[in-house]
Amino acid sequence: MKRTPDVAPIVTALDRPNSYIGRSVPRPNLARLTQGRAQYVSDITLPRMAHVAFVRSPHAHARISKIETTAAKQAAGVIAVVTGAELAKVMTPWVGVLTHLKGIKSAPQHPIAVERACWQGEAVCAVVARTRALAEDACELVEVSYEELTPVTDAETALDPTTQVIHPELEDNLTFERKHEAGAPDQGFAQADAIIETTFRFGRHTGVTNEARSIVADWNPGEQRLTVYQGTQAPHMMQNLFAKHLGLEEHQVRVLTKDVGGSFGIKVHTYADEMATVALAKLLRRPIKFVADRLESFVTDIHARDHRVKAKIGVTRDGTITAFEIDDLTGIGPYSVYPRTSGIEANQVVNLVGGPYTCPNYRARARVVFQNKNVMCQYRAVGHPIATSVTEGLVELAAAQIGLDPLELRRRNLIPDDAYPATGASGIKFEALSHHACLAHIDSMMNYAGLRAEQARLRGQGVHRGIGFAAFIEVTNPSAAFYGIGGARISAQDGATVRLDATGALFCATGVTEQGQGTEAVIAQCVATAFGVPLERVRVLTGDTDNVPYGGGTWASRAAGIGGEAAWQAGKALRANVLAAAASILQADPKKLDISNGVIVDADNGRERIGLDEVARVVYFRPDTLPPGFQAEMVATRHYVPRGYPFAFTNGIQASYLEVDTDTGFIKLLKHWCVEDCGTVINPQLVDEQIRGGIVQGIGAALFEHCVYDERGQLLNGTMADYLVPMAPEMPDIEVGHVVTPTADSELGAKGAGEAGTAGASGGIMNAVNDALRPLGATPITEIPMTPDVVLRALNKI
Amino acid sequence: MTDRVRVALTVNGERVDAEVEPRQNLVDFLREELQLTGSHIGCEHGVCGACTVRVDGTIVRGCLMLAVQCDGDRVETIEGLSDSGDVADLQAAFCERNALQCGFCTPGMLLTAQELLLQSGAAPSREQIREHLSGNYCRCTGYQAIVDAVEAVALARQGQTP
Ligand code: FES
Ligand code: FES
Repeated sequence: MKRTPDVAPIVTALDRPNSYIGRSVPRPNLARLTQGRAQYVSDITLPRMAHVAFVRSPHAHARISKIETTAAKQAAGVIAVVTGAELAKVMTPWVGVLTHLKGIKSAPQHPIAVERACWQGEAVCAVVARTRALAEDACELVEVSYEELTPVTDAETALDPTTQVIHPELEDNLTFERKHEAGAPDQGFAQADAIIETTFRFGRHTGVTNEARSIVADWNPGEQRLTVYQGTQAPHMMQNLFAKHLGLEEHQVRVLTKDVGGSFGIKVHTYADEMATVALAKLLRRPIKFVADRLESFVTDIHARDHRVKAKIGVTRDGTITAFEIDDLTGIGPYSVYPRTSGIEANQVVNLVGGPYTCPNYRARARVVFQNKNVMCQYRAVGHPIATSVTEGLVELAAAQIGLDPLELRRRNLIPDDAYPATGASGIKFEALSHHACLAHIDSMMNYAGLRAEQARLRGQGVHRGIGFAAFIEVTNPSAAFYGIGGARISAQDGATVRLDATGALFCATGVTEQGQGTEAVIAQCVATAFGVPLERVRVLTGDTDNVPYGGGTWASRAAGIGGEAAWQAGKALRANVLAAAASILQADPKKLDISNGVIVDADNGRERIGLDEVARVVYFRPDTLPPGFQAEMVATRHYVPRGYPFAFTNGIQASYLEVDTDTGFIKLLKHWCVEDCGTVINPQLVDEQIRGGIVQGIGAALFEHCVYDERGQLLNGTMADYLVPMAPEMPDIEVGHVVTPTADSELGAKGAGEAGTAGASGGIMNAVNDALRPLGATPITEIPMTPDVVLRALNKI
Repeated sequence: MTDRVRVALTVNGERVDAEVEPRQNLVDFLREELQLTGSHIGCEHGVCGACTVRVDGTIVRGCLMLAVQCDGDRVETIEGLSDSGDVADLQAAFCERNALQCGFCTPGMLLTAQELLLQSGAAPSREQIREHLSGNYCRCTGYQAIVDAVEAVALARQGQTP
């Protein structure tokens, strides 16, 4: 079996005896998942629990003139039939805006449409019944009369004066616009020897989490408390929102998140049907369960991407990039999604384009428009695949134009590794990146020269292979600059509480959550190392707003870098407390003691003094034997938020090697490489698997995944048979390498790694396809997914 | 509602007598009536493999088979196979290689991989493993770790070290 080799930790502060930092230890929570003993929300059953199914609008835009519910109410097993107007009395509507996205606007959204359905799939009526099957049966009996309205579907014409305005009170269909100019772009283009101008198109796609969105909400009128079991990435955020829109205090709401069957940004938003489920639980005073079926997932899980970017690069003959310019347009559905808004992705595109390069001349405009399709919002690597594909697509087109090797053009323009701290043309701040080290690493890891020779040899035999690269930067460890300053109650800090139990084992409660990334392992590694116990002596609790410190959860590649640091600090603090108790038992100087492998030892020579179990026994059962006035504190809590930089940028480069069948247009991926720098690597295996999983999601976007809508706003491929996802046979083996530049913002030095794979994959593959087709005189492909017909059109074959 | 139908079957070695709705599929029956929630539902139309269970020794998609069709059959799920140790080496390899992230696909992957490994002959190649798992969707891992884990077990069962 290929094992990720253990790498020695490189930061001395982390070099504790028996350090787990930098080791590929297996995740403690895996065995029960392999045995079918997980507890996903879809598995949960509570006493008196009923199920809700929704009647959903078949139209993209329609006025609801009448809802006839009499027959449904009388159907077998039905408990209640509730319309939007009825539910509006229980729950207030929301508006997805943030104050730091200047000018962003949206309309109030209700848990169930009240007067108007604004996309195909929006819920218009809820049916609650004893079983889901009975609820669905009764949905068939609800008669909704619609008056169809003209749908706005094309983002390109959404702002035309002749186009209907979806929310008349907003006056136009513009959600958000951002313009940015830096340096002297006009002068830059004037200095260029070659200017490449093209339009990139990115298909709408979606998360297709294996477990669909699931929620069980339980209102207990006796306790006046709401308990919500939800597959979410942000339990505290949801606690706030449920309370706010039901008119409760936050302490009346408990959100529990156990196992989550995949999230990737899909499960970090407010969904109308989940809000409706919670409101129904309150209204009906009993547990209500909602699990989206796959069709519902396709029409209601947030979609992502769907950008059209007009883009331009200037380059001199000697390979200096002189200017970048972009004009991004994206359609986000009828509402900006609450509370993170649907303006963030376009904003990120403006932030990230040109980011790896020194070129100071940059002009950008991004416009976000409303349309009558399902809502769009943040999905894994928000904005990164767009910005990376545009930047790196332009860079390789420019290299081809001036006849320079694409890696060489990058070498001449990437920010030098010794130039940090640095500021990008969009104003983003880099603490320390390693573009050149990563480029050198991938060059040798993939044997670039050898591959070029193989490519040329096979070309002679009529085999068309391509090599493409994508250098990228990734936003990780976000500070309050992401959401907090915009007024959203989404925590940027996270906390960890560590406690010594009565037998000397540790228990750590953390505000970050686990959806399969390995959060529990990483937190346990940090605590075990900082405190000094074997890993199996640490138990981690996540996802329970009653019992974990307040925190943001797991998104934007923050769990390891922020949650890990909080756990590290809490482990250290508890070590100091325990050493104080041990010193008092041993009548020794606490400074001369340490904890190693679960035993109190002499710090200088490692001599074993007393077991943790013995310390615990004394402090819990015989505190009377401790000196008067000494109180042992066996719990420690620490919080952490990055303060030095708004984001801990990471960087890296990916390469794709593939073969194009020029007769069928099929693309066969042969191999993929990624070298990335996420700072201190806490668990190499988990980082590598985040990268691999992320790359495969990027491959899906590059080659297969597309939510296809017709001009009436109807989704044409809402099943997993019609919407193609990456499956095992088509996926390549992926080699991952690391360069390590720790952030000085934390003691651990860890940055995030969850989105790097997705950030660069589609751009690298697009470049590789163009590299394969270029000698054949093909038109460069600048759209994804690159389905066979896109390839054949580029070759002028259809 | 159509009348319920009596069925008698064996599930993980235990005899089960039940009255089921004719329209209820096998995986809903296992999850809802027997609380065997280790078999999952990803698509309900036969393309994701999350609902894979064994019926009379052969793997089937629990969403494409009706519970009434299993009258008299021997059904095995991940819970039963875990208790019997049937897939213990695969489970250990999946853990060691981190061949699961969220774990939602894992029960189906394990049953499908076990079917391949029970076929006689030489250890399958990586391509054969990928091909055999072609009907099992995993959104998290990118598949490579799963292929690594299955390959390692295939070689180990042949007495070879990976
Ligand atoms: S749920 Fe049966 S194959 Fe997907
Ligand atoms: S591990 Fe999440 S779907 Fe496979």
